[in-house]
Amino acid sequence: MSEKNARERIGVYVCHCGTNIAGVVDVKEVARWATERLANRGVVVARDDKFMCSSLGQELIESDIEKLGLTRVVVAACSPHLHEKTFRAACARAGLNPYLCEMASIREQVSWVTADKQVATQKAKAMISGAVERVHYHVPLEPLRVPINEATLVVGGGIAGIQAALEIANTGHPVYLVERDPSIGGHMAQFDKTFPTLDCAACILTPRMSEAGSHPNIHLLTWSEVEKVDGSVGSFSVAVRKKARYVNTDLCTGCGICVEKCPKKVIDSEFEVGIAYRKAVYTPFAQAVPRYPVVDDLNCIYFEKGTCKACEKFCPTNAIDFEQQDELITLEVGNIILATGFDLFDARRIPQYGYGRLANIFTSLEFERMCNAAGPTEGAIVLRDGRTAPRSVGIIHCVGSRDRNYNPYCSAICCMQSLKFAHLLHERTGAKVYNFYIDIRTPGKDFDEFYQRVLEEGTLFVRGKVAEVTDAARLLGEEGKLIIQVEDTLVGRQRRIPVDMVILSAGLEPRRDADEVARQFGISCSSAGWFTEKHPKLDPVSTMTEGLFVAGCASGPKDIPASVAQGSAAAARVISYIEQGELSLEPVRAFIEAAKCSGCRICNDLCPFNAITFDEQLVVSEITTALCQGCGTCVAACPAGAISGTGFSDEQVLAQIEGLLMLNVGDPTAFVGSHAELVEA
Amino acid sequence: MRYLFYPGCSMQRTARPYLDSLHAIQETLELELEEVHDWNCCGATEYMSIYRLPAFALIGRNLALAQQQANGSSTVMAACSACYLNLSKTDHYMREDSQLSQDVNTALQAGGLRYDPGTIAVRHLLDVILNDIGVERIRELVTRPLTGLRVAAYYGCMIVRPDLEHRWENPEYPTALEGLMTALGAEVVDFPLKTHCCGGHMTQISPETAYELIRRLVHGAALYEADVLVTVCPMCQLNLDAYQVEMNKHFKTDYEIPILFVTQLMGLAFGKDPDELGLGREFVDSGPALAKIGLAALDDEQAPPSPRKKRKKEEGLPMPPPMEGELR
Amino acid sequence: MVNGSDLALEVELLEAEELNLVALVEAQTPGDTRLAMCIQCGTCGGSCPSGPDMDHTPRQIFAMLRAGFKDDVLRSNTPWYCVSCYLCTVRCPQEIRITDLMYTLKRMSVEAGLYEDSTAPDLSGTFVDYVERYGRSFEFGLATRHNLRHRPLSMPSMVPMGFGMLTKGRMDLTPHQIEGLDQLRSILRRAKELEAVQ
Repeated sequence: MSEKNARERIGVYVCHCGTNIAGVVDVKEVARWATERLANRGVVVARDDKFMCSSLGQELIESDIEKLGLTRVVVAACSPHLHEKTFRAACARAGLNPYLCEMASIREQVSWVTADKQVATQKAKAMISGAVERVHYHVPLEPLRVPINEATLVVGGGIAGIQAALEIANTGHPVYLVERDPSIGGHMAQFDKTFPTLDCAACILTPRMSEAGSHPNIHLLTWSEVEKVDGSVGSFSVAVRKKARYVNTDLCTGCGICVEKCPKKVIDSEFEVGIAYRKAVYTPFAQAVPRYPVVDDLNCIYFEKGTCKACEKFCPTNAIDFEQQDELITLEVGNIILATGFDLFDARRIPQYGYGRLANIFTSLEFERMCNAAGPTEGAIVLRDGRTAPRSVGIIHCVGSRDRNYNPYCSAICCMQSLKFAHLLHERTGAKVYNFYIDIRTPGKDFDEFYQRVLEEGTLFVRGKVAEVTDAARLLGEEGKLIIQVEDTLVGRQRRIPVDMVILSAGLEPRRDADEVARQFGISCSSAGWFTEKHPKLDPVSTMTEGLFVAGCASGPKDIPASVAQGSAAAARVISYIEQGELSLEPVRAFIEAAKCSGCRICNDLCPFNAITFDEQLVVSEITTALCQGCGTCVAACPAGAISGTGFSDEQVLAQIEGLLMLNVGDPTAFVGSHAELVEA
Repeated sequence: MRYLFYPGCSMQRTARPYLDSLHAIQETLELELEEVHDWNCCGATEYMSIYRLPAFALIGRNLALAQQQANGSSTVMAACSACYLNLSKTDHYMREDSQLSQDVNTALQAGGLRYDPGTIAVRHLLDVILNDIGVERIRELVTRPLTGLRVAAYYGCMIVRPDLEHRWENPEYPTALEGLMTALGAEVVDFPLKTHCCGGHMTQISPETAYELIRRLVHGAALYEADVLVTVCPMCQLNLDAYQVEMNKHFKTDYEIPILFVTQLMGLAFGKDPDELGLGREFVDSGPALAKIGLAALDDEQAPPSPRKKRKKEEGLPMPPPMEGELR
Repeated sequence: MVNGSDLALEVELLEAEELNLVALVEAQTPGDTRLAMCIQCGTCGGSCPSGPDMDHTPRQIFAMLRAGFKDDVLRSNTPWYCVSCYLCTVRCPQEIRITDLMYTLKRMSVEAGLYEDSTAPDLSGTFVDYVERYGRSFEFGLATRHNLRHRPLSMPSMVPMGFGMLTKGRMDLTPHQIEGLDQLRSILRRAKELEAVQ
C-alpha cells in the first residue's frame, strides 16, 4: 500500500445530489475530512457540489485534472449504473484515462438506506476511503474494439422477424432469415382479422412476406433450424441445418400438383391447429413463402412402406427427390436477432373447461382458423360437426393466464382478441354472444373504442372467471347444450348459461423449447420462460449478450404493433453496429495468465456466458474477451489464481477492503472492530 | 404390506359394508391392517367449525397414537375421505406452521402424548390400492371379471382436494379409479361429475340443497346408464344411497342407481361371496346390478335395458388429441 | 370546533383501524391464506356447489371482509353452507385458502352469535358434544337430537330411513366410548385453554 501513495494525485468529489445525499450525509464534513485525513493517501483536493453530474460539476473535475495534474479521480455520488459513463467521459475530455476514475455510491449504498445521520456520514467516509485506496491500483485501459461482420442472422420468420430482416436488408446489408416452419409468416398468418382495425391479417402480412422472399439482400432459409452458435458479437459462427424438403427447389415451380395427387391425408396439427387436414406433401398455406412444398417423412407412404411416390410421378419438372439429405451450413454473421414468437397455452390442462372432451369447445387459434376464409370451413362459423351455426357462444377470457395454477402473468392480447371474436360472431352469425372476463384490458390506441363498438353490437358481458364448462344438464333448457357455470360478480349470483359453442382465449406461453434455445444462443430466460431483455424499461430489444437481440413475443406477450416496433428497433441497433464497423466494448473482463493456468478446466463449465474455451494444444483455458461480461465467477473459482478481472484485481479489491476498514487512516471513530490495527502513514 | 388403519366412526356402523368388504379382500390384497389403538373421532367437518386448536388436537391424538404404535410402519391408511383429509391436513399444517405444531403438542402433552409432524404419512385406501398394490396386480387377482357391469366411478371431493401431498396427477379429472374398474373387467361409463360434492352434512342443514346435489350425481349416472355407482367414502355412499330415496320423494323422481363401495366391487371380482361383502344392506338394491354379472336372480319384473346413450361423436372437424396418460 | 362530518370520519377511521378484519380472520386460519390477494374474479362463487343457496357468494364474503363489514359477514349463512369440498380452493387463481377461511368464519360466527338460522351451528355443536362425551360420534343421537330441535315436524317422514338404517345394521342405538376418554378430555381442555388466550 505504501509505495503507491506518494505517486498518485487523487481528486475526491462529493456530490450532494440535492438533498438525496446531503439530507442524510454531512457532505461538507466528508469533503473536509477527505482533504485532511486522506492527504497522505494521495488526495490533493476534495470538493463537494450540489450536482456533480451537472455540466458545472463535470467542469470542476475537468478543470482540476488539468490544473492540478490529477492522476486519479474518485466521485462519491449515486450508483455507477447511472453516471459512471458521465464521469469517465469528463475525465477523458480532460485527458485522463476514463478507467482511472472510480465511483463510491454514497447514495444507493448510504444515504438511501441509512436512517442515522452520524452513521451515514461515517459510512460515506469509509466508502470514499475504500475508493481512494482502490483507485491507486487502477491502470489505464482501452475499450476493446471488435470488428462487425455486416451480415445479420434473424431467427424466426414471423412478423417481428420479417420486419427486422426487411429493415436491415433495405440498408444494403445481407440478412439470413432462418425459419423452422416450411414458410415464413408465423402466427399472424393463421389469423383472420387483426384488432382493432379489423385488417385482414393475410392481406397486410403477405406483401411483407413477398418482399422478404424476393429481397436481394435476404437469404431465406425455411424448414431450417439453428444447431450451434459459436463466437461473439461481430463474428458469430452459426451452424444451421437445412432440413430435407425432399423437393429440389431449383426445379420446383410451386404448381401444387404433388399436393393434389398425394393420397395420404393427415390432421394438420401445425398451421390448422388440428381442426383440418393436409396431405403428406404440403405447403402450409396458399400464400406460403417460399412456395416450395415439403414432404412430411413421418407420414409419407413412401417413407413408411416404400410404395406410392405419386408426387414424383406427377411432378412436371421432376422436382421430387426422395434421396435428398439434410444440409448443414455455417453462417458467418455479426449480429443475431431472435424473433421466435410464442406457443399457445394448452387448454387441455384445465379439465373443468372441457376442452378435448366436449366437442364444441375451441381455442382462440382454432377459432381464428375457422373464421379465416382459407380455413377448413371457408370462413363459416360452425360447430364441430362442420355444418351447424351456433345460436349462442360464450367467449372465456384469461384461460391459463392470471392464474397461479398455470401462468400468473397476463397475456396482453386476449381481451382484445376476445372482443374481436365477439365482433366477428355478430358480423357473421346471429348468435347471442357472451364474454366472460375478470377485467377488460384495452390500453392501446383505439382499443377502448373497439370495446365500445362491441358493446354497441349487443355483446353480453359477464364479469366472472368461468368456474366450469359442462354438458351435465341440470335445469330446464340445458339439455344438449354446453353450460357455462360462473359467478356473475356484478350481480352477485352464480349463473348457469347454456350456449352452443365456447371459445377459450388461451394465454400465450414461451415456445416449448425456449429454454434450450436460450442456452444455445447464450441468453437467459425469465422464471416464466420468456427471453430476458437487457432492461425491461430502457432496453427492451437487447439482451445481456452483446450482439444478441430479441424482438416480438419471444420476450413476452405483445400485440402486432409492438412486435413490429421491436423488430424495427432491433434492426436499428444492428444497423448502428454495422455502420460503426467496429464496436467498443467495456474492457472490464477477465483474462487468464496462461503461465499460471494448470489446465484443470474448472472455469470452463462455470462461465454463464460460455466465454471460456480450452486449447488442447497448449493445455490452457482461454477467455473470449468479447463474450466475457466480467461477472467474476471464473476469477473466484480458479484454484491457481490464474484468472484476474481487469478492474477487479486482487490488489484493487484488497486495497478497497483496507480502505473501508479505515486501516489507512487509523481513525479511532471507525465503526469496525477493536482488532483494527492502526496503520502508520 | 403393513399399514396402520384408521377406520373412522362411519365405517363402524353407517358404512359397515365398507369395513366388512375391506376385511374380506384384505388377505387377497396381502394387506396387513393394524387398527390404531383406541382412536377417537376425527371431528369430521363439525369439530373444526366450533374450535380451531382443539380440533387439531382432537385429530392430533390419533396421529400421536399412531406414532407411538408405529412399530415399523409409518403410514396410516384411512378409508373415509373426510377422516383422511382431517388427518392429512393436520399433519401438513403442523409441518408448515411451527406455532401450530407447538400448540397442538402442548395440548397433547396434557394427555401424555406427542406428535412430531411428518412422522406419519397419511394415505387414503384408494391411493394405497392404486399406487402401492397397483392396477396390474389387481388385474391378476381377478377371478370373476365384472363383464357387462356398467360402472360410474365417483371420487367425491375430499379424496382429491385439496391434495396437499400431491397424490393425484389431475385432481379435477382423475381417471385412476376408472382404470381400476376396467382392471376388474367392468365397463366404465362417462361420468363428468365424478369429483363433485355429494352435499356432505347438508342433509341435516338444508335438505333441499343436499337433495339437489344428490340428484345431480344420480342423474349423471343414470344419463350414461350406469348399472352401479362406485364410491370410496362412507358419507358419499350414505348420501347417494340412503338419501337417494328421500331425494326421489322430494323431486318425485324414480332413480334407482345402487351405490357400492370400491372394496365391494373388488371383492366381487375376486370371487368373494356377496354376503361377505356387505351387499344387500343398501337402500337402493344392488340386486339387478349383481344379476347382470350372474350373482343374483333377475326379477322378471325388471324392465329391459333402455337404449344406450353415448356422448356424441360428431363428424366434421377433428377433435384435439388426448393428453398423455388421459383415458378417453 | 368539530363539526358532525369530521366526527363521523374520525369514527369511521377508528373503526377501520380497530377492525382490520382481514388480519383478524387470517390470524385464526392455518398457513398463509393470501386473503389480501383476492382479485374478486368469482371463480369460488362460480364453483361452489351450495353457492346458489348462500346469502352471499364466497367472493362477496371476501369483499365484505376487506371492507370491514364484520357484522354482515357474521350474520351471513354463507360459512354454514360451505360443505368443505375445497373446489374453490384448488381453482382459485390467486391460491387463496378459501375453505380454511370459511372454517374460521364458522368459528367466529359461533362466537358472535349473530347468525339468523341456527340449524348448522347447532348441528356442529351437538356433534362436538357427543365427541367430547364419548370420544366417537354418535349418529343416532345426533340425528334425533338435531331433528327434534330443528325439524320436529319432518321426523315422522324420517322414520322409514331410520328404521332402514337399524335393520340393515348401519346404525347403533347406543354410543361407543373410547378407553382413553379421560386422556382425550385432558387434551381438549388444555387446547381450549390455549385457544382462549390466543
